[in-house]
Amino acid sequence: MELKSQNDTWKPRIVAFFCNWCTYTAADLAGVSRIKHEPNVRVIRVMCSGRVDPQFVIDAFVKGADGVLIGGCHIGDCHYIDGNHKTIRRFAMLKRILKDMGIEDERFRLEWISASEGEKVKTVTNDMVEKLEKLGPLGLPKKFIAWDEEMNHLELEISKPKEEIEHV
Amino acid sequence: MSEKPKVAFYWCASCGGCEESIVDLAEGLLDVIEKVDIVFWPVAMDFKTSDVEAMADKSIFASFINGCIRTSEQEEMAHLLRKKSKVVVAYGSCAHTGGIPGLANQFAREQILTYVYDEAPTVTNENKVRPEVEHRMNGASVTLPAFRNVVRTLDQVIDVDYYIPGCAPTPKIAQEALQILLSGELPPNATVLAPDIALCDQCPRKDSKPEEFEYHGFKRPQWTDIDPEKCFLAQEIFCMGPATRGGCESLCIGGNMPCTGCFGPTCRVKDQGAKILSSICSALSAKDKDEIEKILDSIPDPLGTFYRYGLAGSLLRRNVKLPVS
Ligand code: SF4
Ligand code: SF4
Ligand code: FES
Repeated sequence: MELKSQNDTWKPRIVAFFCNWCTYTAADLAGVSRIKHEPNVRVIRVMCSGRVDPQFVIDAFVKGADGVLIGGCHIGDCHYIDGNHKTIRRFAMLKRILKDMGIEDERFRLEWISASEGEKVKTVTNDMVEKLEKLGPLGLPKKFIAWDEEMNHLELEISKPKEEIEHV
Repeated sequence: MSEKPKVAFYWCASCGGCEESIVDLAEGLLDVIEKVDIVFWPVAMDFKTSDVEAMADKSIFASFINGCIRTSEQEEMAHLLRKKSKVVVAYGSCAHTGGIPGLANQFAREQILTYVYDEAPTVTNENKVRPEVEHRMNGASVTLPAFRNVVRTLDQVIDVDYYIPGCAPTPKIAQEALQILLSGELPPNATVLAPDIALCDQCPRKDSKPEEFEYHGFKRPQWTDIDPEKCFLAQEIFCMGPATRGGCESLCIGGNMPCTGCFGPTCRVKDQGAKILSSICSALSAKDKDEIEKILDSIPDPLGTFYRYGLAGSLLRRNVKLPVS
């Protein structure tokens, strides 16, 4: 069956916003020291986790991400002093909004990973991949197309008796 | 003498406030009527759809459509007016960003119908009668428009040339927009015909808006003695001003109520709700998780607050878990 084979090949896609000073360096380290982690993560380097506008997160989901991960310096270590404080506050509210919009908790995650914690990059991403695999695809681009299909039936519906329909 | 440009007004899923706002142009309306030929305006004048169908394509200069799109009939009318008009203007919040009816995108179609036809306290419907798209009786058939699963902004259904924001658009905004359109020098496509700056920039209270501020919690305006001079945010009353387009002459602020965001975002913002979330929440006073959650609890219904007028037109559009049919 087509659906099944699609599911067999599906791998969750994670968009990861990593801060330049800590988590990105850690991910780099993980790469250099050949720590193996799941290859499903598309990393976007930002200067600080506090630079991640909630619009970026929502946009990533809209464009087809199954999960979004933000990685930043541990509290107290932010290169810009309190950038990551902004991050936790926004993260908490964005979680509420995403939940109200039907996006599961596990799809959006925030982790503090310092430059030396290459190993943690691996555990976090592997764990997230595992959870997303259980949840299955979010698949918003396809969903949006499916939503709008109901409009394609317009022709059919309005080709019925026309003369008598009063527009109020 | 050259012919006057033909214009049409139409309403879709809306409350009627936008129609009212056209009447509110008062003497301004006479000005408008002098300059144009109104060829379709079902709320105020006796026209039929067949009158529009009989018109040549693109023979209407501009159609002003208010309301969002919820039914097949509204889709049909939007397509018809698109075909007959050179310019289509989304008039008011609902057509522009989804408006209040767009908040229904939090619920499934069936949830809405069940509540409205079975459960609402004022409803008695013992036979569980539901509207049907087609009903046959004694060999005859009567039809109703289909109620869609999704509430849509006008530009999610047809191409839209211009937007006039507001719930409802103010007479000033509406009149200026009409003048621009009638001047013959059309602005670039997809322009929102209102100033492209945040409301805060035009707000009479902006001098008291704090640069650096920490919110310890938000007060509900109805339970608060509001200082009529001071920025709402400085009083820890939630205000959409920072993420909302100006141009409304700060109407709500003038009435000592905070902005709820009806003019939509400026052109640099894709998602008004995410924008206000970002600017307000980053300035909470709390540092640890529990304290943060406690402050966030002081904004009941954040979705309905941040996306009051913009849910249907937002990036996510609708609760993504809801069924399509
Ligand atoms: S936040 Fe509200 S009250 Fe304060 S300046 Fe902006 S619009 Fe005015
Ligand atoms: S203050 Fe805000 S809600 Fe009130 S009219 Fe202006 S934009 Fe709309
Ligand atoms: S620089 Fe790493 S979180 Fe701010």
